Amino acid sequence: MLKVRIMPTLLYRDFELVKGVGFDSWRGVGSAMQAIRVYNMREVDELIFLDITATREERDPDFELIDDLADECFMPLTVGGGVRSLDDVRRLLDVGADKVAINSEAVRNPELIREVAQRFGSQCVVVSIDVRKQASGRYEIFTHSGHRATGVDPVVFVKEAARLGAGEILLTSIERDGAMEGYDLVLIQQVSEAVDIPVIASGGAGIYEDLYKALTIGNAAAVAAASIFHFTEQTPLAAKDYLYSKGIPVRF
Amino acid sequence: MKKVAILEYGMGNVDSVFRAVEECGANPVITCAEAEIKNADCIILPGVGAFGDAIQNIRQRRLDEMVAERVLDRGIPFLGICLGMQLLADKSYEFGEHRGLGWIRGEVVRLQQDSPSVRIPHVGWNEVCPEVDSPLLQGIRPGKDLYFVHSYHFVCERAENRLATTPYCGGFTSIVGEKNIFGVQFHPEKSQRAGFQLLRNFLAL
Repeated sequence: MLKVRIMPTLLYRDFELVKGVGFDSWRGVGSAMQAIRVYNMREVDELIFLDITATREERDPDFELIDDLADECFMPLTVGGGVRSLDDVRRLLDVGADKVAINSEAVRNPELIREVAQRFGSQCVVVSIDVRKQASGRYEIFTHSGHRATGVDPVVFVKEAARLGAGEILLTSIERDGAMEGYDLVLIQQVSEAVDIPVIASGGAGIYEDLYKALTIGNAAAVAAASIFHFTEQTPLAAKDYLYSKGIPVRF
Repeated sequence: MKKVAILEYGMGNVDSVFRAVEECGANPVITCAEAEIKNADCIILPGVGAFGDAIQNIRQRRLDEMVAERVLDRGIPFLGICLGMQLLADKSYEFGEHRGLGWIRGEVVRLQQDSPSVRIPHVGWNEVCPEVDSPLLQGIRPGKDLYFVHSYHFVCERAENRLATTPYCGGFTSIVGEKNIFGVQFHPEKSQRAGFQLLRNFLAL
């Protein structure tokens, strides 16, 4: 049976790892290399590494940094931030990324999803979307690290992304991010229902039960989390113990 | 130290295979050069990407001929990983119909949902269940989880080439083998301890 994945998320900004609340109030949480070594030793299921300022600063991904990190990473690694072209994807895969997350550019130019899928296969295309819930209750995709409204509805967009060849959706709730008060289960449910590709839920995990709810009520295929692992005593391994006790298939 | 040729044909992500082979105590080289392929004790064909582009790149570089001489004529061990496994087949139906290397009889077809809740691509850790006793799986517990990420799978024409299966979409072949030629659908280089054990088993052949 396919196991659910618990994926620590590493956010990179100004030469260190950070974690914020609602895509703001960033706090430094240490060195990327150290984090990768620790997670490697603990044999986590998979890692997500996102360079969160590359797009806003109109920078390319830092290929040298990714090369160094990937050399120490013997688990699957998804890399995102500043990915704008087929060539960016090729170079990231070359230096050791297993999958590439495309966010702002996928919304601006969805054809890129198709190009990457046809050239490198759907399995390496993670379409990452950051979603904000509007006062009206309507969900909307924001790009550029949550700074730019797009008017695009997440459910409509993920269907299109899947049709174009996306392999997975990384779905982050902006206002839940870092709040540690639980995932946006309604959003996860809507997006998971809209597509047949795996959906990785992100934003809001504070306790293990939140992971459980995202997987069961939200129907996510995997859960990504950061603050819960950075700022509390809770670990990916203990999260698996908890999920296992609730009957969720996990890998030990 | 064993010399391992990791074939480079412009399809990305050879670096992680290189690092894993290095960690397993062998001497890898990423190459498409005839001299280095001739000199290698064993050959690994990694690969992510689409089948059509991959086989075209391989033929353009004449890698198929160079490697056939070593693997089919001389019998040195060969391991295809993920797309590298699928390329061993006679043909693939990924984005059209493409002719593969044809070293292990079979076809590559898309995974089919066997229930509405099943998601494709098949991404994550899943069990590898041996069908036969294979040297590749020595020291790895039957049913151990390894890491997969793919939408297509290898359908063997001959049951004896099916060395292991994985329970997803009604079950698919996750390891193929024919004498000195092996292919794995999962990524041993990304499967931590169990993956490294499999690589070490291969390097010991």
